[in-house]
Amino acid sequence: MSRAVKNIFATTLGIIAVGSIIGVVAGFLQQAGNPANMAICVACFGRDIAGAIGIHRAAVVQYLRPEILGFVLGSFAAALAFKEFKPSGGSAPVTRFVLGMIAMIGALVFLGCPWRVILRLAGGDGNALFGLAGLAAGVWIGTLFFKKGFNLGRGQVQSWSAGLMIPLLMLGLLALRLLYPPVPGEAQSGVLWYSLSGPGAAYAPLGFSLAAGLGIGFLAQRSRFCTMGAIRDVILFRQMYLMYGFIALLVAAFITNLFLGQFNPGFEGQPVAHTMGLWNFLGMVVAGLAFALAGGCPGRQLFMTGEGNTDAGIFALGLLAGAALAHNFGLASSPAGIGPHGMAAVIIGLAVLVFIGVANCKKS
Amino acid sequence: MARQHIDARGLSCPQPVLLAAKAMDAADGGELEILIDNEASRENVGRAAQSKGWTVAASEEVDQDFRLVLTK
Repeated sequence: MSRAVKNIFATTLGIIAVGSIIGVVAGFLQQAGNPANMAICVACFGRDIAGAIGIHRAAVVQYLRPEILGFVLGSFAAALAFKEFKPSGGSAPVTRFVLGMIAMIGALVFLGCPWRVILRLAGGDGNALFGLAGLAAGVWIGTLFFKKGFNLGRGQVQSWSAGLMIPLLMLGLLALRLLYPPVPGEAQSGVLWYSLSGPGAAYAPLGFSLAAGLGIGFLAQRSRFCTMGAIRDVILFRQMYLMYGFIALLVAAFITNLFLGQFNPGFEGQPVAHTMGLWNFLGMVVAGLAFALAGGCPGRQLFMTGEGNTDAGIFALGLLAGAALAHNFGLASSPAGIGPHGMAAVIIGLAVLVFIGVANCKKS
Repeated sequence: MARQHIDARGLSCPQPVLLAAKAMDAADGGELEILIDNEASRENVGRAAQSKGWTVAASEEVDQDFRLVLTK
């Protein structure tokens, strides 16, 4: 298809439709078996994938989530169909890897990415209000760096093969999921690990999960859906385009949860959440700042990998490494509260992000 | 009429819009030509132009990149 065809999803109505579809699909994914108030969370699902391939060994969070594979492959299909697959990269790859690691660690202190902030709110989890405030604060700090000239440098045009690497990796992971499906009562199937209890053991049927991921990946690539960008653009440019999608997702997920009987307001006993408000806030400050400096929320980074952006691909690999570190080193939270080294990780993470921000501010 | 040029190719979001906004805010009349290498940034600059009251005098594809001319 030609690029000359008007992109109807990149209009106000288009992004509202995409946000609404994601919200409704999330509600039904939860009903079909995905963890409550999680449904589609890039951080949580990235952590589950890290567990499934054995780079952390937290037994309750191991499942190769088809939604994440679908995000990249759906976006890749859209980029190919509309001639937007354009491999590029080489802009501060190691810095982007570190940003991905720190973003994941911050998100796992809160227990969710920006998508899950919205979905937790839509499910009635009041603790998500601290996460939302933290996300906004982190993104706001990021905008201060942008105003001071923050820039990770230019990417360069790269070969097709370079742009194909992450979509091919996702295809490979999908092949593993098909070759080694979960076996009831078994913690391992072939080379993949599976949770027998906890959030990793909660999942919707493969076909539904994969179709949801592919569809969302396709639509999000067309609309440029980005939860971090929604907040950033309001602060930087007073521009509401992405925020309409953010709000549509919240409203649609809320209505779907009401319809399906999945709305349970409160702070105590919320699914896969803890009540340590300060650390919910600070965890998302760290994640929000890392997403801002990297130029997109974790979902958007996955969609950009589908477009051939290898910088986003490096960030996504950083997310996986961050998930492994968070669970191997006791940084991640659990419903009981923050992990034994989570507080130190938040403080160190914030310091590293400020260093990255300051070090990459260039005078015009 | 003076024309400024910005090459925003290879820059990730939100850099192209930031550069355009900075140049347009500083410009005292005249035109800004900005080169962009992806469709999403072209859309973003277009939205910024709409909200800030700039005019997109030209928007075309050149060798797989995009060239926009903004005026205010």
